[in-house]
Amino acid sequence: MTKLNSKIPQGPLADKWTNYKATQRLVNPSNKRKLDIIVVGTGLAGASASASLAEMGFNVKAFCYQDSPRRAHSIAAQGGINAAKNYPNDGDSIYRLFYDTIKGGDYRAREANVHRLAEVSNLIIDQCVAQGVPFAREYGGMLDNRSFGGAQVSRTFYARGQTGQQLLLGAYSALMRQVHSGGVKLYTRHEMLNLVIVDGKARGIIARNLVTGEIERHFGHAVVIATGGYGNTFFLSTNAMGSNVSAAWQIFKKGAYFANPAYVQIHPTCIPVHGDYQSKLTLMSESLRNDGRIWVPKKKEDAEAIRAGKLKPTDIKEEDRDYYLERRYPAFGNLVPRDVASRAAKERCDAGYGVGSGLAVYLDFSDAINRLGKHVVEERYGNLFQMYEKIVDDDPYKTPMMIYPAIHYTMGGIWVDYELMTSIPGLYAIGEANFSDHGANRLGASALMQGLADGYFVLPYTIQNYLADDIQTPRMTTKEKEFDAAEAEITSRIDTLMNINGKHSVDSYHRKFGLKMWDLVGMARNKEGLEEALSTFKEMRESFWKDIKIPGKKDSLNPELEKANRVADFIELGELMARDALQRQESCGGHFREEFQTEDGEAQRNDSDFMFVGAWEYTGEGKEPILHKEELVYENIKVAQRNYKK
Amino acid sequence: MDLTLKIWRQENAAAKGRFETYKVTNISPDCSFLEMLDILNQQMIENQITLPVCFDNDCREGICGMCGLYINGRPHGPDKGVTTCQLHMRKFKNGDTIVIEPWRARPFPVIKDLVVDRSAFDKIIEAGGYISVSTGGVPDANSIPVPKKKADVAMDAAACIGCGACVASCKNASAMLFVSAKVSHFANLPQGKVEAKERVKNMVAKMDELGFGNCTNTGACEAECPKEISISHIARMNREFFAAKIL
Ligand SMILES: Cc1cc2nc3c(=O)[nH]c(=O)nc-3n(C[C@H](O)[C@H](O)[C@H](O)COP(=O)(O)OP(=O)(O)OC[C@H]3O[C@@H](n4cnc5c(N)ncnc54)[C@H](O)[C@@H]3O)c2cc1C
Ligand code: FES
Repeated sequence: MTKLNSKIPQGPLADKWTNYKATQRLVNPSNKRKLDIIVVGTGLAGASASASLAEMGFNVKAFCYQDSPRRAHSIAAQGGINAAKNYPNDGDSIYRLFYDTIKGGDYRAREANVHRLAEVSNLIIDQCVAQGVPFAREYGGMLDNRSFGGAQVSRTFYARGQTGQQLLLGAYSALMRQVHSGGVKLYTRHEMLNLVIVDGKARGIIARNLVTGEIERHFGHAVVIATGGYGNTFFLSTNAMGSNVSAAWQIFKKGAYFANPAYVQIHPTCIPVHGDYQSKLTLMSESLRNDGRIWVPKKKEDAEAIRAGKLKPTDIKEEDRDYYLERRYPAFGNLVPRDVASRAAKERCDAGYGVGSGLAVYLDFSDAINRLGKHVVEERYGNLFQMYEKIVDDDPYKTPMMIYPAIHYTMGGIWVDYELMTSIPGLYAIGEANFSDHGANRLGASALMQGLADGYFVLPYTIQNYLADDIQTPRMTTKEKEFDAAEAEITSRIDTLMNINGKHSVDSYHRKFGLKMWDLVGMARNKEGLEEALSTFKEMRESFWKDIKIPGKKDSLNPELEKANRVADFIELGELMARDALQRQESCGGHFREEFQTEDGEAQRNDSDFMFVGAWEYTGEGKEPILHKEELVYENIKVAQRNYKK
Repeated sequence: MDLTLKIWRQENAAAKGRFETYKVTNISPDCSFLEMLDILNQQMIENQITLPVCFDNDCREGICGMCGLYINGRPHGPDKGVTTCQLHMRKFKNGDTIVIEPWRARPFPVIKDLVVDRSAFDKIIEAGGYISVSTGGVPDANSIPVPKKKADVAMDAAACIGCGACVASCKNASAMLFVSAKVSHFANLPQGKVEAKERVKNMVAKMDELGFGNCTNTGACEAECPKEISISHIARMNREFFAAKIL
């Protein structure tokens, strides 16, 4: 326990960040030019950090695996971004955003980090508007807001159903401006495969040029990991195909702690699985729950008839529909947080009331269309409806959408202190890659907020507190023995992979593993299942290294090799997730242990034993990792059982 | 569905490419086009037939702009308003032969098979596709009112995903739709006005320098754009451009 120092500043909660900034060390302009920072990832977190650091005068090297920084997975975020502006005058404030985030996270996040997040949220909106992000507006020309789950105020800013795209294009344009001025050097189609540590400090990375296959060495006085979440561990998720844990996993193996890996968010409104050839799941933004009502038939025989194709949803009379969220959670209704909504859908389907294949519920817009008119619904959600229609071949203006929960986001991630530094000096983690602000469950529209908060307004300050000691450190040549060793690890790993020459494709393996993850470490977990997962994953890991086949060569564009590198890491992470889920003998947020629930099926936390961040330390191949506990202290919030009923 | 696929294969940028013919059987109409290619690749790997086909993709939901195949002579294939990853096999018939090529345009050289290098688009943005504000020190968001109509037009233009279908569809390989979408996005906003002239001049100069062709108003780009970006943005850009040159 002693090993984790979260470095939370002293003083009253609302003053911590101001005081920190007032007293932290800074690097003067002429010294900034002498310092190189590697930023891995160009999503909202990475692009905003790279741009801001270069604007300050640091030399930034930015990496991404896509062909352009603009294609990072953040681009896919649909619904919106939160801020405590209180423009609608509905009683919002920094404190309320802070409070909702802590409560939504089921009292498993750090107070100080979350308060800082709420404080800087308003600056993000100002920044984005100044960059020209075309947020939705009202007729008077002012910014419009909508509501999202887990809040009783409207604090979500949005750009149609493409908020992530517009925010990322804003950060990307700021980044490209710095590329133009020479402050940022871009490395696209590059994948980080290893970290270089010299004298205990992060000093560089090993990356593979995905086009030529060349293994490259890069030096930085500090290294920032902004590589996103690990939802693809499950194979099927709403993440982009290339989203991966590799950078995070490699730094874990080099000594960075991995916190709360079991906290995974399952999003309630995704298009249900429809075939075994399926490669990914598509999210239907949570914003749809503003106007859509979720239901299943009240009578089992109706549900059966629907599944058999004998009845259509529109045949079911109003009084025969069970709007189960409105029934169970009258205060929040369809806008309960995601974990609650997901479990409620699973409960109804498991009880035999599911529609479609049996694993689906309805999201119905007929009320909204009657109330607001089709054109308003179209203006708010047009592109989502179009997306649904293209995939499912059904018109959601006429028949209700079918939805089911899917893996979407990972609250767990690399452990960081208040300064966003990992347990390795000089190594930082920002955005979805870290564990920091969402506790056991993230509220909708808060990931974009956190990514941009970290990148624009937090890291560019806190990193200086570290770099102030480094102004005398000359650039390394990358010929040092530590670089040799880190590169050798990677070339040998790649050679081993290429030489397995087994029978099965990496995808077939990933699919098989992902299904096991979903069954055993998914929406509902229990001791037996998790123990089974631990032994099964070990076997799967061993057979992966004997069984897979990577065609082609290592020194050219080879997507199969890229996938193999990633899947090898996912399988190892899967074990850690199961271990963490087993360790946490309580239900909280996205982590639901069947053994720990109340009589009416709600999650049951155990604050006296589990009010901590679980940070895992790697101890070597085949050895058990060590759990470090960071106690969570709530001084400003009264910890309560979450209640969305009243 | 059973299908015959004629796919462009090319080892690397320097190699000479050729079409190869493959067969896939039992494809579900609900399968997406890229999932159909996954199935093909899967067969190639497990039956050790030949190297799997390389193609770019990431989000698979029509927003990252990474995918882009030239299918039966059309960028992103026969369906309107979708990217390749959103195209579904129900748009084809059992027994069809499908021809699949990479984007063909001089500024987008082939890297391998169906993968092309579109970094020219990043270079155009680098030349001026931004508003020059640094982090911090900006005014309150609501201090800059923007008429809803203007904001909506800006959003229409900003919806561009940078996939390059406009260039691939144009007989001149012109990037006018891409460039004008960015110019128009900013030109419709008060924040973007300050540098409007410099922006359009620099972006157009870069586009020319990178070897993109001229616009001859054929309108193929608009017809093939998966985001249905309107060519009215090109007209707007031309106005901006001439105004910038005169003054
Ligand atoms: C479909 C969808 C909708 C969403 N909607 C919302 C929403 O409405 N509101 C909200 O707040 N949140 C939303 N989220 C969550 C949010 O989008 C993400 O959490 C957030 O964008 C993550 O940003 P990031 O910068 O941390 O990482 P990402 O955007 O995932 O970026 C990762 C970057 O790292 C790079 N990278 C990864 N691995 C490597 C490697 N090994 N080497 C080199 N580079 C690497 C990638 O190229 C990329 O540039 C949504 C998520 C999904 C999937
Ligand atoms: S893969 Fe992202 S648009 Fe097609």
